[in-house]
This record gives sequence, structure tokens and C-alpha cells, in this order.
Amino acid sequence: MKFKNLKLQNLLIAGSLAFIFGMIGCNGGGSGTPGGSDSTSTAGSSSDQEILGAGSSFDNPLFSKMFSQYDQQNGVKVNYQSIGSGAGIQQLISHTVDFGASDAPMNPKQDSSAGAAVLNIPITCGAVVVSYNLPDIKDTLMFTPSVLADIFLGNIKQWDDPKIAAINKGVKLPSIPIVVAHRSDGSGTSAIFTSYLSKVSDEWKTKVGTGTSVNWPTGVGGKGNEGVAGVVKQTPGGIGYNELAYALQNKMQYGKMQNKSGNYIVPTIASTSSSANVQLPADGKVWITDTDAPDGYPISGFSWVLVYKEQKYGSHTQAKATNMLKLIEWMIHDGQQYGADLSYAPLPDAAVTVGDNLLKSVTFDGKPILQ
Amino acid sequence: MDNIPENSLITRGGENSRVITSLGGTEKAKAKRLKRSFRQIRAESAFKRTLIITALIVLIVVIGIMLTLTVQSTLSMKTLGFKFLWGKVWDPVRLIFGAYPFLVGTLFTSFLALIISIPFSFSVAIFLGEYYPRGWFSDTLKNVIELIAAIPSVIYGFWGLFVLVPIVRNFEAKVGATPIGLGILSSSIILAIMIIPYAASMGREMIRMVPSPLKEAAYAMGATRWEVIRSVILPYTKSGLFAGLLLSLGRALGETMAVTMVIGNTSIIPKNIFSMGNTMASVIANEFTEAANPVYLSALIELGLVLFLVTVVINMIGKRIIKRFANV
Repeated sequence: MKFKNLKLQNLLIAGSLAFIFGMIGCNGGGSGTPGGSDSTSTAGSSSDQEILGAGSSFDNPLFSKMFSQYDQQNGVKVNYQSIGSGAGIQQLISHTVDFGASDAPMNPKQDSSAGAAVLNIPITCGAVVVSYNLPDIKDTLMFTPSVLADIFLGNIKQWDDPKIAAINKGVKLPSIPIVVAHRSDGSGTSAIFTSYLSKVSDEWKTKVGTGTSVNWPTGVGGKGNEGVAGVVKQTPGGIGYNELAYALQNKMQYGKMQNKSGNYIVPTIASTSSSANVQLPADGKVWITDTDAPDGYPISGFSWVLVYKEQKYGSHTQAKATNMLKLIEWMIHDGQQYGADLSYAPLPDAAVTVGDNLLKSVTFDGKPILQ
Repeated sequence: MDNIPENSLITRGGENSRVITSLGGTEKAKAKRLKRSFRQIRAESAFKRTLIITALIVLIVVIGIMLTLTVQSTLSMKTLGFKFLWGKVWDPVRLIFGAYPFLVGTLFTSFLALIISIPFSFSVAIFLGEYYPRGWFSDTLKNVIELIAAIPSVIYGFWGLFVLVPIVRNFEAKVGATPIGLGILSSSIILAIMIIPYAASMGREMIRMVPSPLKEAAYAMGATRWEVIRSVILPYTKSGLFAGLLLSLGRALGETMAVTMVIGNTSIIPKNIFSMGNTMASVIANEFTEAANPVYLSALIELGLVLFLVTVVINMIGKRIIKRFANV
């Protein structure tokens, strides 16, 4: 009887513990791979058919489309978590994902914490438009780099400032204050925008600098594209910056930017692609803001997929590495056709060539994977 | 481990009972009863253990969170020191991190929200607790108030952005402030609405618990309803009402989403209710995903630690005050 009752007691404790840990376990599993459970139940090799990625939320709509197409064609599943560029890099470095995606190339500090060489492969381009809200003005406003910098530095405070009027002759500018809106969340869009302002304005470069989050000299912060758009749309006299795709889909009013060659360029998918059609360095790490291309829109940038150069690490298998490289190769070639519908600019040829060379340099245990 | 003496006692009892069973009929029934009560004792102690284990797990989780925050923020503590608390500049590019504007922003919005919410939550509590405790209207009101707490905060954020902010902007234009609409005032109003149910529900329960002999005595002496509320109900329930306020304040301090959407997210020290600002919770929510530099990440985690400590300190002060009220 002693034995029997002890068992009952243990059973109760064990049961309650199992219940508690089971709940904890469930939570942990939920944040991981939803597709992982059904693939592990089948043969071991099928986990090579599932690739994990994380990073840029800007890339997410395009990636979702690409990955579902690729799965239909090749049976390789990709689980992409849109958690932000910085977090994507962290996850890649801690080896929890197979590839990362970022709207900014990895900086030297991140490179050194990665432990091994990481390749930055250009995957798509995007543009950042200057959106504004001036209800009585039908013409598209034009901005020069210095005027734009002065507005975001807080040096130009009124819409009828002579500097704005000088480049928009014939437009009757209202005498209302400028309300600057910027992103409050860390974002690649801000990185592209601040990188552009740093290139064209020394004052911006020394006072503010480039980053996913910066110490904004003026203006209000909105969370996400929708937050900035919300401020701009609701505030007469508002000005902000948005992703081209977002501005197109939401029919926002946005301006023409003067590029390095002196041309005023309307941001479109075509002018974004041309801005990226420049001489690229072999490592693919380049800010194409303030482009040299005469017909290129100056506030644009690449988005990158990040992979380790040496794929033999942790529990990585060669089969998985091969699947992943084939996927990325498909993304920079055939996958590009899905971009236009979603307002992503397709990669120019120069960038595809750089990407191909980078992919060929990826090795497994010292031997190249793709031929 | 501490259950061993209990167990051994029980086994001894068990053996005894077996010896006794051989003695006779009445003894047999007695032994059966004994046997059952032993089983009950065991179930009892198993239940007790389960309770202790669950309680310990909760404790461990809270201590674990605190430890994680401390450990992860050591890097920023080392690099930035105490300047973190008093620094007025937050510049992720140059790695200068000062939490002071966000500390002020958090306390400013939360206390302003509390002040705005007090008349509403206390009126609702008195109305539902004393004037109309029953009936379809008070039932509806009670449910609606509880519903306020159930709405996800992102919905408050949307509502704030699209409805409240334009109203505040018009108001600002009338009083001569810069008409933007986003800022401390908008976020405090949103927060005030969100925290009403906490103080109101608690206050209502407290008011209904006032012993009716006290109230009847006051009425018998010719007191009016207002006099009863002022001199019997409020003094009797003040510690409970204060606890409700404390609960509301805790909610306001930690609220992230709705505030982020309407506060304007500007790293400046708010000068007045129309100025823009930022709170610790919204800075973390905004910048955590893209914080690439280790010091930056660590500074954000330290911000979390400061928020945690602010909440703890305010709770401790509150508990003290409640205790003093209760002793009177």
C-alpha cells in the first residue's frame, strides 16, 4: 500500500510538471518552424528541403511570392520570418537561420561578430519617395538635394520659403509650416534615406549620420510606412518619406528628385532599376544612393540576401546548402519577374552578374558548391 | 524533502492498521476509514506540492526576467555608466544613449492619464457600487467598462490616430499651439480611456463591500446620499480605491502599441502637454528589431530594466500608501 500510494503521489506531481513543461514547450515550438514538425516525421533528408530565413520586412511581400512559386516548381519550402534587417543578421550569426536578408549591407562590426565571411548578394532594389501633403497643389513638386536636406534638418520651416520657390517656379506655394515626418522604428527605408542625405549634405553627415535609427533633428516619428503616411496624409503641410511600393499602392503625392546629373527624376520602377545599373564592387556591398546614372532616381538602394561563404558549419549538410544556393540563384534570375507586380524594381544586369559570381564562390568544406 | 516525516508517519499508521484488521469486525470498519483518510492525506500533500511548484515557477520566471535584463545590459552599463539615466541625447549612430527624455515621457504620459481617468473611474465606481448596483442599465454599463479592458491596444492606437489626433489638432490650433495632434496629450487621453476599467471595477467591488449597518446608521442619523458617500463610503474604501489607481498606473506605464502610434516618437524632453515625446516602452518596440550594434542592443535592454525598476518602485510606494490607509 505504501508503494501504491507513493506512486499516486508521484504520478500527480509528474503529471502537473509534464503539463507545465508541455505548455512551455508548445510556446517555444510555436515561434519556431511551423513546417518543421511535419517534415521531421518523414525521412531525414527532407529537412534539407526546408530552408530557414529571417530579416528585412521590406523584402517580405516579394519573398512570399517568390518562395511559394519556387515551392510549386521545385518542392523546396522556405520559411521566412520578417523580423527586421538587424534581427535577421543576428539570427544568421547565431546560426538559427540559413540565410538572412537586409536592407543595408553588413557593417564591419557585424562582419567581425559573424566569425566567418558572410556574402552580401543583391536580391532586389527599392526606392524611397518624398511624400508630401499640399492639398491645393496639383503639380508635382521638385526637390534638390540641398533643399531636401535643409527641410529634414529643420533649416527650412515654411513651404513658401524662397529656396523651395526657386526650384518650383510657377507653383503657388502656401504659407504654412512644414511638418516633417520620419520613421520611428528602425528600418532599412530610413537607412537608405539617411545615407542619401549624408552623401548630399555635409551638415547632415556631421550632425546626424546614416543609420536604421538616427537622432532626428526635427519632426515627428510614425511607426512603419503606415505611420509616416498617416502623419503626412492627415497633416496639411506634412512631408515624409516612404517606400515606393507603399506610396504607389496608397496613391500618395510624391515629388521629383534632382539627381547627380541635374535631372529631375520621377521615382518609378524603371528609374529605380536604372539607378542600380552602375559599376558594382565585387562584394556587392554598395549604397547606390546619389547614383551616377543620368536617368536613375537618386534615393534608391539594394536589398541583400546574406549567407555564410563556407556552408559547413553546425549541422548544415551539403544537400541543404546546395538547395539554398539554387534557390538564391533562381531568385536573382527567374524570380525577378515577380517583382514588378509588387512594385519592386528588378535587378539590373550588373547586379545579377555580381550575384552570380558571389554564389559561385560559396563553398562546402572548401569545395565550391555551384559549378 | 520536508515531507519525509509525514510519509513515515503514514506508513507506520498503515502497518498498524493492517495489524488491527485481524482483530475483529468493528475494528475492520475503523481500519477502512483510516485507510481512506490516509489516501486523502496523500492526495492533499500532492496537491500542496503542485501548488508550491507552480508558485515557484512563477517566482523563478520573474527573477529570471530581471536577471536576463541585468546580464544583457551590463555592456551598456559599462560603456555608458550612470550617464544613461541622466543623458538627454539618444543617438544610435554615434552610440550616445541617454534615457532621460523617455523616463520623463513615460512618467508624464502615465500620470497625466491617471489624472484624466480619475473622475471617470470614480464616478463609474460610485454609480455602479452605490446608486444603481442592479438593473439593465448598470449591467450594460458594467459590461461596456469591462469591454474597454478587453480591446487590443493596437485598436486604440488606430482609433487614436484617425479620430482623436485630428480632434486634438483642431484643439491645438484653437489654443495656438503647433497643430500636429500627435504628442503627450493624445497619448494620455488614449491611456486614460484604456485604464478606466481597472480603477472602476476595483472601486465598484470595494464600494459594494461597505457593510450596510454603517451606511444605514448614517442614513438613520439623517445623512443625505452625498454625505454617506463622502463620510462613510469613501473613507472606508480609500485603500481599495488607491489600489485600483495603482493597477491603472501600472497598465499605463507599460502600454506600448497605442502610445507609440500617437505620441510622435521624438527623443526630446516634453515641455508641455502639446509637445511630442517618447516613452521607454515605445522606444524598445520601435528600435529593437534593427538594433545591430551590441552596445545599442544592450542600451535598449537597459531601458527595459529601467522600466521594470520604475514599475517596481511605484508599486512599492503604492503598497506603503495602501498599508497606511488601511491602518487608519
